Amino acid sequence: MTEANSKPEGNLKSGSALERTYVSGQFVCTGEVGPPKESSFHHVEMYGNGMKGRVDAINLTDNQTAVTRLSSWAAAVKLVMMGLEPNLQMVCRDRNRLAMQSDLLGAYAHGVRNVLCLSGDHQAFGNHPGCKGVYDVDSIQLIGMVKKLRDEGCFECGEECKNNPKFFIGCVENPFGDPFEFRAVRLEKKIEAGADFVQTQCILDMERFERFMEMVRERGLHKRIYISPGLMPVKSPKMARYMQHGVPGMLVSEEFCQYLETAPNGKIGALDLTVDYVKRCQQMEGVAGVHIMAVAWEEVVPLVVQKAGLLPRPFAAFHDNPAPISDEIKALWKKSGVDNYIPELA
Amino acid sequence: MIVAEGKPVEKILEMLAPYKKVLIAGCRGCVTVCLTGGEKEVGILASQIRMARSKDGNPIEILEQTEERQCDAEYNAKFLENVGKVDAIVSLACGIGIQYLGEKYPLTPIYPGVNTLMLGANIDVGRWEERCFACGDCVLDKTGGICPIARCSKSLLNGPCGGSQFGKCEVSAPVKEDIPCGWQLIYDRLSALGQLDKMSEIIPAKNWLRAKGPRTYVREDLTLDRS
Repeated sequence: MTEANSKPEGNLKSGSALERTYVSGQFVCTGEVGPPKESSFHHVEMYGNGMKGRVDAINLTDNQTAVTRLSSWAAAVKLVMMGLEPNLQMVCRDRNRLAMQSDLLGAYAHGVRNVLCLSGDHQAFGNHPGCKGVYDVDSIQLIGMVKKLRDEGCFECGEECKNNPKFFIGCVENPFGDPFEFRAVRLEKKIEAGADFVQTQCILDMERFERFMEMVRERGLHKRIYISPGLMPVKSPKMARYMQHGVPGMLVSEEFCQYLETAPNGKIGALDLTVDYVKRCQQMEGVAGVHIMAVAWEEVVPLVVQKAGLLPRPFAAFHDNPAPISDEIKALWKKSGVDNYIPELA
Repeated sequence: MIVAEGKPVEKILEMLAPYKKVLIAGCRGCVTVCLTGGEKEVGILASQIRMARSKDGNPIEILEQTEERQCDAEYNAKFLENVGKVDAIVSLACGIGIQYLGEKYPLTPIYPGVNTLMLGANIDVGRWEERCFACGDCVLDKTGGICPIARCSKSLLNGPCGGSQFGKCEVSAPVKEDIPCGWQLIYDRLSALGQLDKMSEIIPAKNWLRAKGPRTYVREDLTLDRS
């Protein structure tokens, strides 16, 4: 288990399991848990245990879609206490640089080693649309701030920070955002600012992602940053169609929608498609891993990971073997009709 | 210019409920140009209030006066005579004018007849759009003459977020109105100018102290020695 104030070994920047896996050259696999809208760790524990030993790190989203939820850092600390490795998401919408740095110090002191820096969905999307969005710094400036803390041992203002946090720094990029040609340039800006790894917006249009990767390779960015495309098992064809038309910043290919629509079993089809995308990503030059973001369907991550042949994880959960699947998770599988997807787990 | 919208008459009637004689003060500056607080709008509002109060059997006397600017002491002095005759003032100037006129006559209550909205331009007949945030540290040299602070919903300084698509800001969806992505506009302009390399430059975190009040601007070369 990561000690609260341990120094990273050797040339490692943070010493996190996630960093070790990327550095080792093995194909990385991360999962994601959205903290609940209640003051309870139940969901975090349940999904976290399901992913234990099956992923290299687990993202904790930060008030995703601008909806108030249990704080990402508190959920991240909970995972540390459970012997799991969190990837702390931090958005620029809700905190100024004072609060961000303060949360980074606290999270690091609790053993959190990875941080993912994002702008965050605009507050107008969420359940407090009239709230004041902060955006004191943007995601690129946030990356720079985390790097300055780590590499220069000082705060954004330049003041010294003793026992400075040494995070493995993540960023995101959206290959489906516009201007498309700028997306690789933006990733390069994030690399320049200090990002070590990138997780992309979920890829529901493989062709467009391949074009994005071409731009990335042209600029040689894949040699400067670890790239994990986000992959989302989409629960229903209806949801895929909704995302195709109703979610800003997303593109969903016809191929994707039609696959789900014509699959004999939509839920199984969704898992199969995700597994297929994992394999396609593994073949792509410059892709270092996958980030499986099963939004509101977290219980299927263990199924996808195993079916895609991503087990065992090399450094995951501090060398633990995959944990037994709880009855609660199995009940959720049954509810979605995916309980026999991997018979030996059922 | 400063763009303002008139407050609903019902709101103004609520504010004026205790009074029998009021002055509606207009301004010939920005609010006249955006057709919210000039002489004409003063007259219309005065009629609306008179009629509403008469209908309620509670008539009100209203004086009307419009001067060059309410953000200037010399013009506000011209309201002296009328202010002396009334119980309260409704100002149709921007938030600056309302306050500055109120400062001139501190013993007479003053009420806002408008909501001050933005620093904007008159894009088309009846349409105004925000262009400047008065942040105190202009970055237009870096962004092709288009302001990311005012025109990006998140005031990002280093390019569009992941929610920019087909030229639109992600906020277009929840507010159900097409908002152009400010950074797409910047990208297009820089591209047309052959200055796309500026998109690669990292702009450091902003000093918001200059953007947040209360701010004062002093020009020593213009100040008078009052000693």
